[in-house]
Parts: sequence; structure tokens; C-alpha cells
Amino acid sequence: MTDCTLVDAVRLALNHAMEDDETVVILGEDVGIDGGVFRATEGLWQRFGGDRVRDTPLSETAIAGVSVGLAAQGFRPVAEIQFMGFMYPAIDQMVNHASRLRTRTRGRLSCPMVLRVPYGGGIRAPEHHSESTEAMLAHIPGLRVVVPSSPRKAYGLLLAAIADPDPVVFLEPKRIYRSIKEPMDDTGEPLSLDRCFVLREGADLSIVTWGAMTVEALAAAEQLTAEGVSAEIIDVATLKPMDVDGIVASVEKTGRCVIVHEAAKTCGVGAEIAASIMEHAFLSLLAPIERVTGYDTVMPLPRLESHYMPDPSRIVDAARRALSYS
Amino acid sequence: MTELPLSHGATRDVGPFHVRCERFLDADGIVHGELPGFARDRTEIVRLYEAMLLTRSFDEKAVALQRTGRLGTFASSLGQEAAGVGVASAMHPDDVLVPSFRDQGAQLWRGVAMEELLLYWGGDERGSDFAGPRQDFPVSIPVASHVLHAAGVALAFKLRGERRSAVCLFGDGATSKGDFYEALNLAGVWQLPAVFVVTNNRWAISVPREAQTAAKTLAQKAIAAGMEGVQVDGNDVFAVRHVVEAALARAEAGPTLIEALTYRLSDHTTADDASRYRDDADVSRHWKREPVARLKRYLTEHFDWTKQEEEALLVTARERVEEASRRYLETEALPATAMFDHLYAQLPAGIAAQRAEVAARVSHGEQEHD
Repeated sequence: MTDCTLVDAVRLALNHAMEDDETVVILGEDVGIDGGVFRATEGLWQRFGGDRVRDTPLSETAIAGVSVGLAAQGFRPVAEIQFMGFMYPAIDQMVNHASRLRTRTRGRLSCPMVLRVPYGGGIRAPEHHSESTEAMLAHIPGLRVVVPSSPRKAYGLLLAAIADPDPVVFLEPKRIYRSIKEPMDDTGEPLSLDRCFVLREGADLSIVTWGAMTVEALAAAEQLTAEGVSAEIIDVATLKPMDVDGIVASVEKTGRCVIVHEAAKTCGVGAEIAASIMEHAFLSLLAPIERVTGYDTVMPLPRLESHYMPDPSRIVDAARRALSYS
Repeated sequence: MTELPLSHGATRDVGPFHVRCERFLDADGIVHGELPGFARDRTEIVRLYEAMLLTRSFDEKAVALQRTGRLGTFASSLGQEAAGVGVASAMHPDDVLVPSFRDQGAQLWRGVAMEELLLYWGGDERGSDFAGPRQDFPVSIPVASHVLHAAGVALAFKLRGERRSAVCLFGDGATSKGDFYEALNLAGVWQLPAVFVVTNNRWAISVPREAQTAAKTLAQKAIAAGMEGVQVDGNDVFAVRHVVEAALARAEAGPTLIEALTYRLSDHTTADDASRYRDDADVSRHWKREPVARLKRYLTEHFDWTKQEEEALLVTARERVEEASRRYLETEALPATAMFDHLYAQLPAGIAAQRAEVAARVSHGEQEHD
């Protein structure tokens, strides 16, 4: 067992997948000799060579579009976009091609590609480097959208994403790339996609979240414990297709739900979760569903960033509102 | 690499660039230069001619089906038959075609069935599940977005060390798009075995080629990507096939951009009315340069092509088109739940519930109908 950060775990999973399957190729900007801007591919170019760990021209549409061509030919490209703020040109390829190649050819061609994208705020990054727009992706039929919340989750979910026969956008919470360490072995064991994880069991309240916000939710749960409240934490993990049954099971048990995401509130994935709970667990609810989210503002530059990001105090406040409802 | 001039602000040429235009058969069917072997072989010429006639018959039928409410919006390739047939006839079966939505001439040569194309334009995904060229891409509707797929396919061939090429077809409008440039740039720097063919039919719906770019040719856009660019008379099937063959022969060393000069004699699609934006006189002028007539003239003058042979070819083409149309019209629509069939390799549980809802509604509707 070695202590791994989340970015170490990503690298470990990439390495394992490339060892296991020679159709796995990595491509992106600076992923080669430089090892990626976050060092997620560090050492892989040296180990596997420039054919399989390929620096691309600075061209996000091309990174995604070439991956579609490779995937249709039986490769398993794992492409990196440096920051979520730069992925929008690539979304054209994900919406118009990657997500629908299987459908439009009735299964003749398919697109087993992974698009890795560091996302999210809280690291005092420059403009366009802190976005969290997963809802845009989760809206696309035929796509999977996966967000790990810890080193072990990153390792197991990335292995599963690479092995998956369909396109996956793998959103990496860069705020916790290096802030958490977990002991782990390079077992090659994937985790299940399309299911949520219970990070902490509780009886009074469900906090539903994903990615870097799980850290805030866990801290909030600790505070709530001091107030005698037992909070359950659900890590959604796969935002599309979502494990509604898993989320509903938790809310049916606790009767109260706080949804936390750092993306803007309106039409965020939280709205989808809230609607799903209303459809499936309305009679179990003891209080209105609360949402703690980023605001419907442009992501502020670092000086105001901390006011934008959900934090334990906002989550605790929302939990108190839900608990006081009668 | 070029070095900066050292002396006194002196300037010098950093590279000579030129674009040549290839043609063998002019608008009157007169031969210029020395023809390649295939263009002197009667059987081979008749094959090309037959394919062009078939494409024209197919387009004619498809438009007629649309006009009578039996096909969806359709993009005819009238006037561009030599470009499609010329490109595809140069390809090896193992190469992969990545076509745009007006490339039925190439697709038919590659073995896509007319019935499949009609199914697709008739609104059925099965039309892109080609029984023939299994690795060829379905037509791309978003302009230029597929040029990158050809680069990806070519990269796959290169990584596997296979002597195959990706051939991509797109129109003049596509050359104004970023993804076109990104694909060319990447294919150039990675020296991918790809051939990019812009079918310059002078019109992107209503916007003429002159309004797309100030560049003198579209072929010269290759220069910026560090690859060879060549123009060809796209209405001369010999020249098109020849330049594509040459590009494929050197594809292991890198890609080529070919600009095939042709003219869209039809409306953009059946939903368009080109008389809103272009003069009949312009269209009439281009009818004199269309590809089928010039090849027929050449065949007649050099290979004793007879009226009987011509008639037989036309009759056969029309019979094949009619047979394909009949099979298309007889094909039952898929059940409503088919929209879920290939969304993912395995339908996720949450979406399975939506599929069940559709199934229940359809079965309920049938019961009410009974």
C-alpha cells in the first residue's frame, strides 16, 4: 500500500490500463514529455513512448474529434483537456458525434473514448480555469459523466471509464488533486459506474453531492454530529446516467435532503436530482429539498471565489433549515 | 527550417508555394496530356460512366420520392458525380471513407446500398448500418466536424502500421470552419495517411465560394498545414481519380488536400430554392461543363460507345434504382423502442424505465386502435 493523492491515482490507473490493453492511447496538450499541466500523465511518455502518449497541437476540437476517429477504429483513447474552461470547442464533438455514433449506425460503429477534464474552483486559478459546468454534459444523451471524489474512487472509476464501451467524460476535481491521500494498491480493480456511493451513513438527513464538494459535505457532517444530527453523505459519482435508486433509497430513509454542487444553481444537476426525488420519494420527504450551490454568476476571480464556493457553514445552515421544518 | 536574414533588414523569399490544377478531359470531352492507364481501358471507363449514371439516376429518384412525400429532405449531387465516383474509384476497399451529406456517388461505389441511403434520408438509422463497407463513416451533417474523424482513423492506421488511408469528403463551405483547419493542421504535423477532398461546388447553400474566402484557391489552404494541395477539374472523373490515386500512393508519407472544382447543379437540398440567390444563366453555363456528358463524348469518340450500350446502361441503372426504392418503401419502421437500442452498449437502468414507458404507450395505443 502506498499513499496516493487523487492525481497519483489517475496516473496509476492510466498506467495500469496502458499495461493491460495496448489499444489504450493517451492524447492531449502537454501530456507527453511534460507529463500534463497537473502531472497526471507524468512518466507515461517515457514508459510507453510518443505513439501511445501523444502531444497534440493546441486544439481542443481536434483532441476530441481525433479521439472519435480512433475509437471508431477500435482504439481506446483517453484524451485530456487541460481545464474545463477550455473544453467547450470539444463539446461539439461529444454532442454531435461521440455520444451518438453507436445510435446512428445501429451499433456498427461505437466510441469507447474517455475525455479527462480537470474541473472546479477553489484553487485561486486564473480566469476560465475554475468552471464547473457538468450539467451541460449531463444533458447529452449517450454520454457518461463521471466525477471521482477521492484517490480510490479516481483509480477505480477511471479504470471502469476506460474499459467502458461508450464515451465517458471524466471530470477530475482539481481542488482535491493533492489535498487528500489514501493508501491504495494498484490492483486493477475497477469500481462500478452508474451507481452512487454512501460515503457516510446517517439517519436524519441526506447530503447529496459529488467531486470536491464531498470534502465540504463531510466537514459539514462533522459539525452536524456535534449538534446531534446524523447526516448521510451520498457521492453521486456518475452524474449521467444517474443512480436515482441509490439517492432515493437514502432520502426515503432520512426524509430530508440537501444537494450540494459548486456549479451555478439554475438548471444545475441538483435540479435534476431534486426532481427525481420528488418523482420517486415525495411521500418520504419531511422537508423541502435544499440546494447549496454556486451562484448564478460568472465564476468570480480568486478574490471573491470563497464567497461563491459552497462551504461547510452554508451546508450546515441548509441542513438546519431542513431539520427545523415541521 | 528558415533562418532569419542577418543583414540590414534584408528580405528574402522563405518558400516558393504553388498550386497546380489537373485536368485530362475538358468540357467537350477532348483529351489533354497523357491519360493514366485506367482511362485508356474501355471496361474501366464504362465502369466509371455507369457509376456516374447510377448516381444521377439515384439522385433523380430520391428527389422524386421527396417531392411525393415519401422521403425526407435530400441533398442531390447533380453535377458532382465525377467527384464522388472519381474519389471512391481511387480508393482501396480497406481504406475508410468519411463522407459528407452529398457524397452518395462515392458511397455507392464503396458498396453502400441505394436502399440504405434511402432508408437514411427516409429517417431510419438502419440506413447507416452499411452491410458493405463496415468501417466507413455515416454521412456527417454538421459541416467539417467529420474531417477530424478522418484524421483519427488515419492515426489508427498509422499506429497499427497498416497501409490504409482515410479519405474525407466535404464541401467548400467546410473550409471556412475551424475544425477543418484543426484537422488539416494535425494531419500535417503527424503526417497521417489521409486524403482530404473538398468538393468545391461553388455554393454553401446561398453563399458563393467567393464570399467564403479571399483565398484564390481552396487547395492552397494545404500550404499552411504543411501538406501538398492540388486542384483538379472535379467534373473530369479521370483527373479526380488520378490525383486521388497519387495522393493515396504517397499517403504513408503524409496527407494531401485536393480541391475538386465542380458545380452544384441542384438546389442545396429539396428544402432549398436556388433561384432565390443565383441566376439561371450561371447554372446553364455550368450545365455545359457537367461531367456525365463529357465522359459520354469521350467514350463515343474514342471507344465507339453506341446508342444501344447507352440505352442498356440507363435502363439497368433505372431498374436498380427502382428496385432499391421498392425495397426501401416496403421496409417497415422499427418499433418505437428502437430509439433506445443502441444508445449505450447496455441500457442503463434509469433509461430502461423510459424505454418501458414507450413500450407500454405503444402497446396501449395498439389496444385502443384494435
